Amino acid sequence: MKGLRIVVLAKQVPDTRNVGKDAMKADGTVNRAALPAIFNPEDLNALEQALRIKDKYPGTIVTILTMGPGRAAEVVREGMYRGADGGYLLTDRAFAGSDTLATSYAISCAIKKIGCDIVIAGRQAIDGDTAQVGPQVAEKLGLPQVTYAEDVQKIEKNFVIIKRRLERGVELVSTPIPCVITVNATAPESRVRNAKALMKFKHAKTITELQGADEDYIKMHDDRPYLRIEELSVADVEADTKWLGLSGSPTKVKTIQNVVFAAKEAKRLTSDKEEINALMNELLANHTLGN
Amino acid sequence: MNNVFVFCEIDEGKVADVSQELLTKGRSLANELKCDLEAVILGHKIKNIEKDIAPYGADVVHIADDKRLEFFLTLPFASIIIDLFTKEKPQIALFGASTVGRDLAPRVSSALFSGLTADCTSLVIGDHEDKKAGKKYDNLLYQIRPAFGGNIIATIINPDCRPQMATVREGVMKKEIYKEDHKCKVKTIEVGSILTDADDAVKIIERHIEPRKIDIKKSQIIVSGGYGVGSKENFDKLFELAEVIGGEVGASRAAVDSGFVDHARQVGQTGVTVRPKLYIACGISGQVQHTAGMEESAMIIAINTDPSAPINKIADYVIEGDVGVVIPRMIEAYRKNSK
Ligand SMILES: Cc1cc2nc3c(=O)[nH]c(=O)nc-3n(C[C@H](O)[C@H](O)[C@H](O)COP(=O)(O)OP(=O)(O)OC[C@H]3O[C@@H](n4cnc5c(N)ncnc54)[C@H](O)[C@@H]3O)c2cc1C
Ligand SMILES: Cc1cc2nc3c(=O)[nH]c(=O)nc-3n(C[C@H](O)[C@H](O)[C@H](O)COP(=O)(O)OP(=O)(O)OC[C@H]3O[C@@H](n4cnc5c(N)ncnc54)[C@H](O)[C@@H]3O)c2cc1C
Repeated sequence: MKGLRIVVLAKQVPDTRNVGKDAMKADGTVNRAALPAIFNPEDLNALEQALRIKDKYPGTIVTILTMGPGRAAEVVREGMYRGADGGYLLTDRAFAGSDTLATSYAISCAIKKIGCDIVIAGRQAIDGDTAQVGPQVAEKLGLPQVTYAEDVQKIEKNFVIIKRRLERGVELVSTPIPCVITVNATAPESRVRNAKALMKFKHAKTITELQGADEDYIKMHDDRPYLRIEELSVADVEADTKWLGLSGSPTKVKTIQNVVFAAKEAKRLTSDKEEINALMNELLANHTLGN
Repeated sequence: MNNVFVFCEIDEGKVADVSQELLTKGRSLANELKCDLEAVILGHKIKNIEKDIAPYGADVVHIADDKRLEFFLTLPFASIIIDLFTKEKPQIALFGASTVGRDLAPRVSSALFSGLTADCTSLVIGDHEDKKAGKKYDNLLYQIRPAFGGNIIATIINPDCRPQMATVREGVMKKEIYKEDHKCKVKTIEVGSILTDADDAVKIIERHIEPRKIDIKKSQIIVSGGYGVGSKENFDKLFELAEVIGGEVGASRAAVDSGFVDHARQVGQTGVTVRPKLYIACGISGQVQHTAGMEESAMIIAINTDPSAPINKIADYVIEGDVGVVIPRMIEAYRKNSK
C-alpha cells in the first residue's frame, strides 16, 4: 500500500493535572501562569497511533498541526523529536476567543490546505475539557469520525480497522479513508524522543522564531528546508473571519469562577469510641442513617 | 417549535438512566419556559419505548425505528437528529455526556452552527445583557461546567444560536417520575427519507459490551475507600459497614489501580459521579479528580490519618484516625444504636 498522509492535531495546554500548592494563589484560586505548558496528553496517544501506521506502511508522512500562540511551536518540535516528519503552526490574532466550533473551523481550513488522508486527534484537551474539536473537524470536512479509538489495527484497501473503547466494552469498526480518528488515553503511550530526530530537528523554527537570528543561522535554515515549521495565518488557509474568534463562536463564557479551596467548617473528631458512638447516634437521629 | 428536546439513548434495550435524568431536568426547564418537552429516541425494534419516557414528563416522543439504527453509529444518528432539529427548531437540546452523546452532539452542533457546552453540572434559566452590543436576552440557558481539570467553573451561554445544546454526565441530574400517566404524543420519524448510502460509511465489525453489574450511583449511602485503606482484605471492612448501614462501596482511582476493588466502583472524573445523602471517604486524600465525582454529596465524612488531607476541606465531619480502627467502631456503634 502506498504511504498515507496523516495529520496529527496537537494542542499545547497548561498542565492542569497537578495543580499543586505552588500553583495556588493566596486566595485559593489557580495561578494559571504557574502551570507548565505541555503537549496535551491524549494528543501524544494520537501521535503514537500515527507513528505506528508509519512504521507499518513506509512512505507515510506524519504532520503535526497545532493552533495557538507562537510558543505552541514547541508542540510541533516535540512531535518531530518523537518521529513526526514536520508540522504547522496555525496562528493568527483573529483566532482569539474561539470556542470549539470556531477552533474546528480554523483547523479544518488548515487541513484542507495541507491535504491529508487521515486526521488523528486526541479525544480531549485537559484545559477546555470538551472533547468536541475532533468530531466538529470531521463534520466541517464532511468526513466520517471514529472517536474513543484505542488501537488503529490495520489499513486494508482504503479502509481503516479501529478498536474503540466504550464505557463498558470495546467495538471494532471499519471506516473508509479519508476520515477523522480521536484517540483515548487508554491507547498505548507515545514513544519517547528519538536521538536522531532530536539532532535533526533541534533547530526547527517558525519564521517568527527566526526573527533576529544571525545570518549563518538563517542560511542554515535556507539550506535545510525541513527545519522550517510553517506558520499559517487566516489568509494562508483561506478562512472567513466571520466564522472565527468571538463572532464565529456561538458559545460565550459569561462568568468564570475559580474553585476556591477554602476551608469549610468541619466538625473534627478522633477515633475515640465515644466520639464515634455519638456521631452514629447523631446520624441516626437526623435520618442520614436508618430511615 | 421552540421546545426543549432531550436525546434519549438506549442501554441494554432500555432507556438509559442518563436520558431519564435529563428528561426530569428538561421537564423543569420546560415548565419554567412554559413550553413543551420533547424526546427523541433512535433504535431498532423499540416499539412501546415511549412508556419509559412519558412518565418523566415528555409531551412528545419522536421515534426512529430502523435496522440501521440498532447500534449507535455517528453518521446515521447525526443525519436524523440534524434533520429533526432543522424542522423542529428546539430552543434547548440536551444529550448525555456518554460515549454516544459526546460523539454525536458535537457533530450535530457543528452542522447546525449551534454551540455546545460539554459536561454541564448545572443548567438554569437566566437573563443576560450584552452591554457592548446593547442587547438584552431573556431566558437563556446558563450552562455551568467545570473546566481546566476541575479548577474553574464556567458559566457558558449561547445568546444568538439555537438550539442551546449541552451534554450532562450520568448521575449529575436527579431522575424523578413526573406523572405515571403523563400524556405523550408519539411521532414517527421517516428514516427512509433521511438516510443515504453515505450514512453507511462506518461499519461495526464486532462489539463486546459487558452488562452493567455494579451500579453505586443508585445508592443513597456510599462508603468509599482509597489507597489509605491499604489492601483488598481491609476493604472487606468497608463492605461490611456498607452492608450494615445499607449502602454501596465506592473507591478512588488509586484503590482501583492497586487492585483493591473493581473499576465499576471508581468515583471521580474517570469514574462515576455520585451525589448520595452520605459519602464516607476512608483513606482518600481528596484530589480534584476524585472530588469532582462526589463533592455534591449531601453530607461527607472523611476518615484520614492526615489532619490536613485536602478531602477535609469539603467534609462535614473529619475523623482523624486509622480506617482500620474507625470502621469497626462505626459498625459496632451503628448496631448498638439502631435497635
Ligand atoms: C472555562 C472554559 C470553558 C469552555 N467551555 C466551552 C464549551 O463548553 N464549549 C465550547 O464550544 N467551547 C468551550 N470553551 C472554548 C474551548 O476550550 C476552546 O475553543 C478550545 O480551543 C478547544 O476546546 P478544548 O480545549 O475543549 O479541546 P477538545 O475538544 O477537548 O480537544 C480535542 C482534541 O482536538 C485537538 N485540538 C483541540 N484544540 C486544538 C488546537 N488548538 N490545536 C490543535 N489541535 C487541537 C486535539 O487533538 C485535542 O486532543 C471553553 C473555554 C474555557 C476557557
Ligand atoms: C486524568 C486523571 C483522571 C483521574 N480520575 C480519577 C477518578 O476518577 N477518581 C479518582 O479517585 N482519582 C482519579 N485520578 C487520580 C487522582 O488524581 C488521585 O491520584 C487519586 O484520587 C488518589 O487516590 P487516593 O486518595 O486513594 O490516594 P492517595 O492520594 O495516596 O491518598 C491516600 C490517603 O489515605 C490516607 N491514609 C493512609 N493510611 C491511612 C489509614 N491507615 N487510615 C486513614 N487514612 C489513611 C493518607 O493520609 C492519604 O490522604 C485521576 C487522575 C488523572 C490525572
